[in-house]
Amino acid sequence: MVRNCELCLERRAALRRPKTAQKICRECFYTAFETEVHEIIIKYQLFKEGERVAIAASGGKDSTVLAHVLTELNKRHSYGLDLFLLSIDEGITGYRDDSLETVKRNEVQYGIPLKIVSYKDLYGWSMDEIVGEIGLKNNCTFCGVFRRQALDRGAAMMKAQKLATGHNADDMAETVLLNLLRGDIARLSRCTAIVTGEDGALPRCKPFKYAYEKEIVMYAYFKKLDYFSTECIYSPNAYRGFVREFIKDLESIRPRAILDIIKSGESFRIIPTTKMPVQGNCERCGYISSQRLCKACVLLEGLNRGLPRLGISKAQSFQVSSDGNNDKRKNVVHERSKSRLVQHNIK
Amino acid sequence: MQLTLEFKGGLELLFGSVKVHQIEVEPSDGKDKLKLQELLIWVRNHLLKERPEMFMKGNSVRPGVLVLINDCDWELLGQLDAVVDEKDTVVFISTLHGG
Repeated sequence: MVRNCELCLERRAALRRPKTAQKICRECFYTAFETEVHEIIIKYQLFKEGERVAIAASGGKDSTVLAHVLTELNKRHSYGLDLFLLSIDEGITGYRDDSLETVKRNEVQYGIPLKIVSYKDLYGWSMDEIVGEIGLKNNCTFCGVFRRQALDRGAAMMKAQKLATGHNADDMAETVLLNLLRGDIARLSRCTAIVTGEDGALPRCKPFKYAYEKEIVMYAYFKKLDYFSTECIYSPNAYRGFVREFIKDLESIRPRAILDIIKSGESFRIIPTTKMPVQGNCERCGYISSQRLCKACVLLEGLNRGLPRLGISKAQSFQVSSDGNNDKRKNVVHERSKSRLVQHNIK
Repeated sequence: MQLTLEFKGGLELLFGSVKVHQIEVEPSDGKDKLKLQELLIWVRNHLLKERPEMFMKGNSVRPGVLVLINDCDWELLGQLDAVVDEKDTVVFISTLHGG
């Protein structure tokens, strides 16, 4: 028999919280979940009053719940934030076009504006076209690298001062393990930060850094929030999937494991003498980069020169053109995408 | 025994893209209640159309799949030992799909 909620002692418990193992009712769960997000926002000063904040919205569960909770907290606690939804259209037929419909409904449901920016506009290539060139092996690399910049560019275009993403505790734990497995010291040391890019034009923050995926999904389910949940048709090959499954296995044995892995990630201290990549700016597009050219420009050059494995294969069998002028087509596309950007801005 | 089963969060794709299933299932050995453990095996044998490994791992659901019985987390009800009764609703939600 289900017992009563451990917090209010009145209503029937509806779920067990993975973080605390408390058995609580729906109403106490909403309060606990929202209050914890609010406390994280205050503790880490994620936002400033009057700030214009882009919510990265994919139409999936995390960003849908984030849009709902931020809209709610903004009203309840008078943050004074100017919120809007920012979506990226990667150009994946049967996946993103459907999920964008969800985001369009969210625009109405939460009463905050929506801006959609496409890969085709920004880079001259949709993901469907990229997969056509390179197949299903490294496509997620392209998508991930391009998305990161796309959000920044879209947010800048909309004059956002901050970008909030729906990364949750499970995602954070996955990323810590991934960077450990890859031996990526530079990323390992910064991947757990709740705010990144503070010195840049557009800091990013993760209000759900400590929120369990289970709770996010339960929250969406109980509140009947409208989200999209079809697996990306290109993602079954993603390396992350294996780590994800491992994290879920750990969680089923001991739910605290997720917070513990985040804690471990936060506690890593890199020996000061370790040679770390120096952050600079891409010579071609100006985006933040530890190399002369940012990853997106290298990948894009590969696509445009018909050498799509450029920037992916470990063997340095291809050389990036040194002055950027060897190949006319690439520059044309790059220039063209810039001018499209401008046109969109005017619209 | 009549039950309503719902598959959400992308799981419906494994069940012919049908989210809600009305099923008729009899507990074994003339018992009047059905354990989740038995129900899962019934679902695997009768409803699941493809990729069983996306739904189950060993004799339970795959970690990351949430189960609710009449809108109550099955972790409060004994998970595989939880029992379902006539006209109950069991919801399965995958959390494994992108955010």
